[in-house]
Amino acid sequence: MPLQELTYREALRTCIIEEMDSDPNVLVMGEDIGRYQGTFRVTQGLFDKYGPKRIVDTPIVEPGIVGIATGAALVGLRPIVEMMTMSFSILALDQTINHAAKMRYMTGGQAKVPLVIRGPGGAANQLSAQHSHSMEGWYAHVPGLKVVAPATVEDAYGMLRTAIRDDNPVIFTENPGLYGLKASITVGEGKSVPFGKANVVRQGSDMTLIGYSRMTHVCLAAAEKLAEQGISAEVVDVRSLLPLDTETIYNSVRKTHRAVVVYEDWKSGGFGAEIAARIVEDCFDDLDAPVVRVGGLNVPMPYVRKLELLCIPNENDVLKAIEKIK
Amino acid sequence: MAKPAQVELKESAADLELYYRQMLEIRAFETRCNQIYRQGKAGGYLHVYIGMEATGVGWLHAIKQGYDNVMTAYRDHAQPLVLGSDPVRLMAEIMGRKDGYSKGKGGSMHLYDFEKRFYGGWGIVGGHTPLGAGLAFGSKYLGEDRVTLCFLGDGASNAGVFFESLNMAALWDLPVIYLIENNEFAMGTRLEYHASDTELHKRGFPFGIKHERVDGMDLLQVLSDARRIVDYVRKEQKPYLVEIMNYRFSGHGAADNDRQLYRTKEEEQENMLRDPIKRLEDYLRKSNLMTDEKMEAMQLAAEEWADGVLEEADKSPFPDDEEVYRDVYTDMEPEVGH
Repeated sequence: MPLQELTYREALRTCIIEEMDSDPNVLVMGEDIGRYQGTFRVTQGLFDKYGPKRIVDTPIVEPGIVGIATGAALVGLRPIVEMMTMSFSILALDQTINHAAKMRYMTGGQAKVPLVIRGPGGAANQLSAQHSHSMEGWYAHVPGLKVVAPATVEDAYGMLRTAIRDDNPVIFTENPGLYGLKASITVGEGKSVPFGKANVVRQGSDMTLIGYSRMTHVCLAAAEKLAEQGISAEVVDVRSLLPLDTETIYNSVRKTHRAVVVYEDWKSGGFGAEIAARIVEDCFDDLDAPVVRVGGLNVPMPYVRKLELLCIPNENDVLKAIEKIK
Repeated sequence: MAKPAQVELKESAADLELYYRQMLEIRAFETRCNQIYRQGKAGGYLHVYIGMEATGVGWLHAIKQGYDNVMTAYRDHAQPLVLGSDPVRLMAEIMGRKDGYSKGKGGSMHLYDFEKRFYGGWGIVGGHTPLGAGLAFGSKYLGEDRVTLCFLGDGASNAGVFFESLNMAALWDLPVIYLIENNEFAMGTRLEYHASDTELHKRGFPFGIKHERVDGMDLLQVLSDARRIVDYVRKEQKPYLVEIMNYRFSGHGAADNDRQLYRTKEEEQENMLRDPIKRLEDYLRKSNLMTDEKMEAMQLAAEEWADGVLEEADKSPFPDDEEVYRDVYTDMEPEVGH
């Protein structure tokens, strides 16, 4: 299989193209994804390649888009809905939660909803309060959805294939800070990354740093600095929030006896709180220190860069938080 | 109000007998539903179709049953009955039993029979309207000429997502017919208190969607309008917005015990003169298509049929506890609970 150097954005696009070529019922719907080439250029070139039937420029109506895509999924299509940003998906919560997610259960297993809702989630650069949401924790609360947040180019590519081929609604969140990330990866038909498998991306013995999406990279940077202090940190990239691979997380915590959960969403009630709660519930006797959470500040995202940066966890925030349990 | 029926009879005597029987069966079925609700054998929310039978029967005989897509909100018992779903399984679902279409996990508001292309059964007012556009989008994408019927209530015609759906349906020429069943009340709020313009069909106008107000109480009129509109939509592959004037004789739901909070007894009685079943009987009698004796026999048969359905459904057990975790996903169990 060919090795290609791709950005995270290109990896997503490559996967979409391969899936559209292999299945005529895969299509992309969203705001400005066609003629405008996509706000973050993930869908660049697709309109010219596939035309308006399969690359559907929609009105700016998130509930309508998710609803129509869900209805189409019911009769056999496999729509990929792009949210211009996951912040806008708040408008579509009723369609996503009350309709798409519950449909299989309410129909007693009659419905199949192969739907992907993907797009940038989290802070970018000075997009301020209404465009910087991390929504994955909200979705991971909902039975019937699957929720993934890949951190690497390889996972973006491989998990999107899994998402498109899944017969359940999948929320696929891409931190905008990752789109430019580059790596050489193997691509091709059989190449996919399963859901529900966390990844130990750095081995260590003194503590476990747990993150997903861009925060995985923050954890890795913090681990580098900790190494300079003689502390060996293991880093677990959660990758898939729902289903959640607790086994990999627990195995690491049982080895290191310390756990730090890092997430960009608001600290209170964010998904990191769920991970922390599970560790405490199931690994209490293995812990040598309280589980630490490093989350986003509990404020609407401010505009000015200086304040915005305060809100988004970075490696120094992680190091500072670790002081409590070293 | 719609004008009285002025249509040429295209129905055979056998067809008319079928429609009459189905209207009687819907009413008998729904009467049992109200009864079992009071007995505690059905719970939650339950909404019956009594008074609106001509609308469901007429429209669902104007389509290709089992081929065309049908979807509605939570007043959803009648449509699958007309489409030929198993009445015992429908009743079992309403009673929360194992043999129900959703194994007791949907209930009265969430009936589905995908094999008959009956897509529910939705509880969020207006929330299903983009799904209806989606069915039409999907069928059209696949190169099929299926028509989609998406019923909604007059209350739902105010929902934002309905307007989003109308826009997309028109923008993409989707063969979906939105059928506003205007029974004059959004739950307990009268039409003129909830709609700025009470001619709800006009909501198609800004989107360039053909729209009209039709009668929903006279079966022959309903059939005639429905066939004309379904044929148009199938041929032209464009959406249509229909406002069907009808009236529900029961409360909004089985838990609506005080209809006088929002409408008078006199008004109800006056509207009950429009009873679609009586109206069809008058026609059958005057046209010498059916004798009074035959009608009485059919009425009795419908009551016996409904008793039999209820008796059979009541034999179905409640679902096993394990059922609670099934059907959340196609391929995995949900996260474990307590």
